[in-house]
Amino acid sequence: MDKMTTISQPDDATIASMSEPARSRATRRVRGLSDRTIAWLFVAPTIALLLAINIFPLVWMIRLSFTSLNLSMSYLPLRFVGTDNFTDILGDEDVWFRLQTTAQFVIWSVTFQVIIGFGLALLINRQFRGHSFWTTIILLPMMLSPAVVGNFWTLLLQPQIGPFNYLISLFTGVAPSSFSMTGQVSLAPWTIVLVDTWMWAPYVMLICLAGLRSIPDYIYEAAEVDRASAWRQFWSITLPMAVPFLMLAVLFRAIENFKMFDMVNLLTSGGPGSTTELVSITLKRAAFEKWRTGYSSALAIILFVTVFGAANIYVKALNKVKQR
Amino acid sequence: MRTSNWLRSSAATTVLGAALLGIFGGGQAAAQSKQLTLCWAAWDPANALVELGKDFTKQSGIEMKYEFVPWTSYADRFLNELNSHGKLCDLIIGDSQWIGGAAENKWYVKLNDFFAKEKISMDDFVPATVVGYSQWPKNSPNYWALPAMADAVGWTYRKDWFSRPEIQSAFKAKYGRDLAPPKTYDELKQIAEFFQSREIDGKKVYGAYIFTERGSEGITMGVTNVLYNYGFSYDNPKKPYQMQGVVNSADAAKGLEFYKELYKCCTAPGMTNAYMQEGLDAFKSGQVAMQMNWFAFFPGLYKDPNVGGDKIGFFVNPAGPNGHFTQLGGQGISVVATSERKDDALTYIKWFAQPAVQQKWWQLGGYSALKAVVDAPDFPKSAAFAPQFLESMGIVKDFWAEPSYAQLLLDMQKRVHDYVVADKGTSQQALDLLVKDWTKVFKEQGKQVASQ
Repeated sequence: MDKMTTISQPDDATIASMSEPARSRATRRVRGLSDRTIAWLFVAPTIALLLAINIFPLVWMIRLSFTSLNLSMSYLPLRFVGTDNFTDILGDEDVWFRLQTTAQFVIWSVTFQVIIGFGLALLINRQFRGHSFWTTIILLPMMLSPAVVGNFWTLLLQPQIGPFNYLISLFTGVAPSSFSMTGQVSLAPWTIVLVDTWMWAPYVMLICLAGLRSIPDYIYEAAEVDRASAWRQFWSITLPMAVPFLMLAVLFRAIENFKMFDMVNLLTSGGPGSTTELVSITLKRAAFEKWRTGYSSALAIILFVTVFGAANIYVKALNKVKQR
Repeated sequence: MRTSNWLRSSAATTVLGAALLGIFGGGQAAAQSKQLTLCWAAWDPANALVELGKDFTKQSGIEMKYEFVPWTSYADRFLNELNSHGKLCDLIIGDSQWIGGAAENKWYVKLNDFFAKEKISMDDFVPATVVGYSQWPKNSPNYWALPAMADAVGWTYRKDWFSRPEIQSAFKAKYGRDLAPPKTYDELKQIAEFFQSREIDGKKVYGAYIFTERGSEGITMGVTNVLYNYGFSYDNPKKPYQMQGVVNSADAAKGLEFYKELYKCCTAPGMTNAYMQEGLDAFKSGQVAMQMNWFAFFPGLYKDPNVGGDKIGFFVNPAGPNGHFTQLGGQGISVVATSERKDDALTYIKWFAQPAVQQKWWQLGGYSALKAVVDAPDFPKSAAFAPQFLESMGIVKDFWAEPSYAQLLLDMQKRVHDYVVADKGTSQQALDLLVKDWTKVFKEQGKQVASQ
């Protein structure tokens, strides 16, 4: 022990007189830990945390998906049910309806967000006077919490006191209380699309703006020299060069909207009936209201695989577009 | 060297921190030994309970802490707490439908021995509340709660509007009878149609407010008031869990159809997802002539400066063609099995069961289920809604209280809302699908479900 202590604690003068590699080795000995060990020490908590809060629950959920576990009846013996939960879900007409509702919501909301977001980006990119102020104003909705947005729009859309119906009434002459945006089967799906678009079109605008600002000016200057019209410049330069950014925005928003829960739950609770019940609401009801843990684990896995698979295919397409 | 020192000092800090946390944590636990946490819903009667609890603290020296959660998340929050064996609540005022799950899962402490020791007799409480809030299995002498808050669905109406001569004569001219609180649902619909879109004091008003909420239990708690009276039952009384032809009988389908007609003809616009609070808002703002709601809210409504006092009247849920019932609400108070202060919690229950405390509970705005209080000769005169409350408690029916009640409830929410609000299918189809859903749930639970 004494010998080791002597070796691991050379005085500063001795270390200073050594060559660089020798000094480094000595320092390592001083610490008693190699660089690799120290690196692992720093990374270990993160890995442990990742394993604990991400990987372990995932593995546990996969295990549960093959069981009959229902937390409201935990006194019943836990049974291994094989793939019964998965076949139940895939054979359930209601789940397919909910997936269709979700797909329609994703398609329409992302389409509107891309069109409006890109349009706003084109406007803001013109660098007019006060454009920074307007950029901030436009970005405000996406900075709000979905819970706030849900409650705020619930009030706006209230048929008797909400200003939205009065606004529509002003333009159409229809009595304000004669329709309910969140309560009518024909209007409720469009209402959630409207609110989601209001909230997230600015996000798409931000991504598109980054794309537009990355297009070098000299390309436009060359087009000007060639007397290309503004329309021609848009179709031949702006749009093709912004496409990878647009595709990225579509990817982000589609994944987010596929998982959409909070805002829709607050606005309509999935109603009227089940008209706006997105699959995430079905999942929440199965897991935390009906307590069907085994069933809901299987549903969560199916949704995860669906999003993961679709996103992978999309990313490959995105890479191809980028390579062009 | 520095790294080594840093690591050492970090470790030392962590150990020291953990030690301090242990010391102070332990100290905190010791300080809390004379404190009880009671969990319930955030609504008017909860305020009365806080007031009442001050007497308990004075007598026992035990501090009361309250955890009140809004109704819309009450079940989610507390069932999650009970499911995860949490220690937040020592006492819980749990909904009547939880009793089966709570007993089977051993979330509540069984109170039989305690009742016997303290000479608390369930015969002293209103029978419907004992069956509804305390017993599992139902109608067996196994008690898991003390009836705490008796409640049922009742109706309020605008007595001042009903008594106006011009309104009375217009009603008589149209229907050939006097305008009075309805005794049957047909009468109620007529009155609601009469008031719908009528101008009163320069303001457009609407006929009736009924429950339509989709997310938790609202529309089910509303529609059952009509269904029971049209002939709906949860199962065949002679063959438990036999639902085919009982849940979806032709009479039950007519009842569901009636509820939809009432919703379509006579409610205010936008009431597509409305429950207790929306009803109170609609009534207090002078928007509706009649309101379906829980008796628990009636003391508050009676005190309301705009619509209370002489302006408000109360009536029992109207009868239908095949019976006269109303939906049971209310809750029992239980000791949570994971509580570390069970003895103190039982002390609270013993105190709460005393007739004097129950009397004060009623005076403060709670609803006692103790016969000594509600059967007292002066009880009907003790509040404007007391006679209707007494009558209602004699005709109550409750939803399933099975351990799987949450699944059963959400299935009914979906099927009924789909039909009534979203215009999906017919009433018969909605109830047929409900039978299918419920059969699946019971089969998963291992119950024998007879088809006929």
